[in-house]
Amino acid sequence: MTVQVLYFASLREALGLAGEAVQLPAGVATVGGLRDWLVGQGRDKLSTARNLRCAVNQDMAGLETPVRDGDEVAFFPPVTGG
Amino acid sequence: MPVRVQEADFDLGREIAALRAGDARVGAVASFLGLVRDMNEGSGISEMTLEHYPGMTEKALEKIVAEAKGRWDIYDALVIHRVGRLLPCDQIVLVAVTGAHRGEAFAACEFIMDYLKTRAPFWKREATPEGARWVDARESDDSAAARWGKDPAE
Repeated sequence: MTVQVLYFASLREALGLAGEAVQLPAGVATVGGLRDWLVGQGRDKLSTARNLRCAVNQDMAGLETPVRDGDEVAFFPPVTGG
Repeated sequence: MPVRVQEADFDLGREIAALRAGDARVGAVASFLGLVRDMNEGSGISEMTLEHYPGMTEKALEKIVAEAKGRWDIYDALVIHRVGRLLPCDQIVLVAVTGAHRGEAFAACEFIMDYLKTRAPFWKREATPEGARWVDARESDDSAAARWGKDPAE
């Protein structure tokens, strides 16, 4: 399956990347699985980022949230608006 | 539109006038205006850049407003949040709520602001004499949001 991955703020800067479309192998079924797979692809910063937050299809999500074909998954640091 | 994310500045008086225009049920308007300070964590701030997640930001803010409307008997609410480059003294955010009485309007306004701080995908990067840095989230923001009780979305 293919998912669109987005990175924001300090994470985007550390990775030098705002986003990427990735083709996932069978067995990657959750946000946590996706993160581990991305770390294996060289996105080390995803494993060391403090308090990593994530969203699936623009709703806040957790590492256990399922990921499906065509989803938009975002990783980012805690928000600091207002 | 109860929620706007924009680079442009806004006029507080005009926004509140529009929010309550012609609605004679409204007996109270509570508003919060957030501004850029020239000091943070002991460093002088010369400017700030606000990044956001287009699409999710609007969705998150609309959800927070809907949640406030479900919790309190208010008539309407408006959230304006600016993005892009901002300078000290600039306006960053406006939350305004109309209701029949002040109690509900005050509470809903504070709730929207507390939830915005922890749930809306904005990130601040500030320029200091020591260089640019991303602002760290504060634990006090989490506890401010937590005091409103369980979030049904979680």
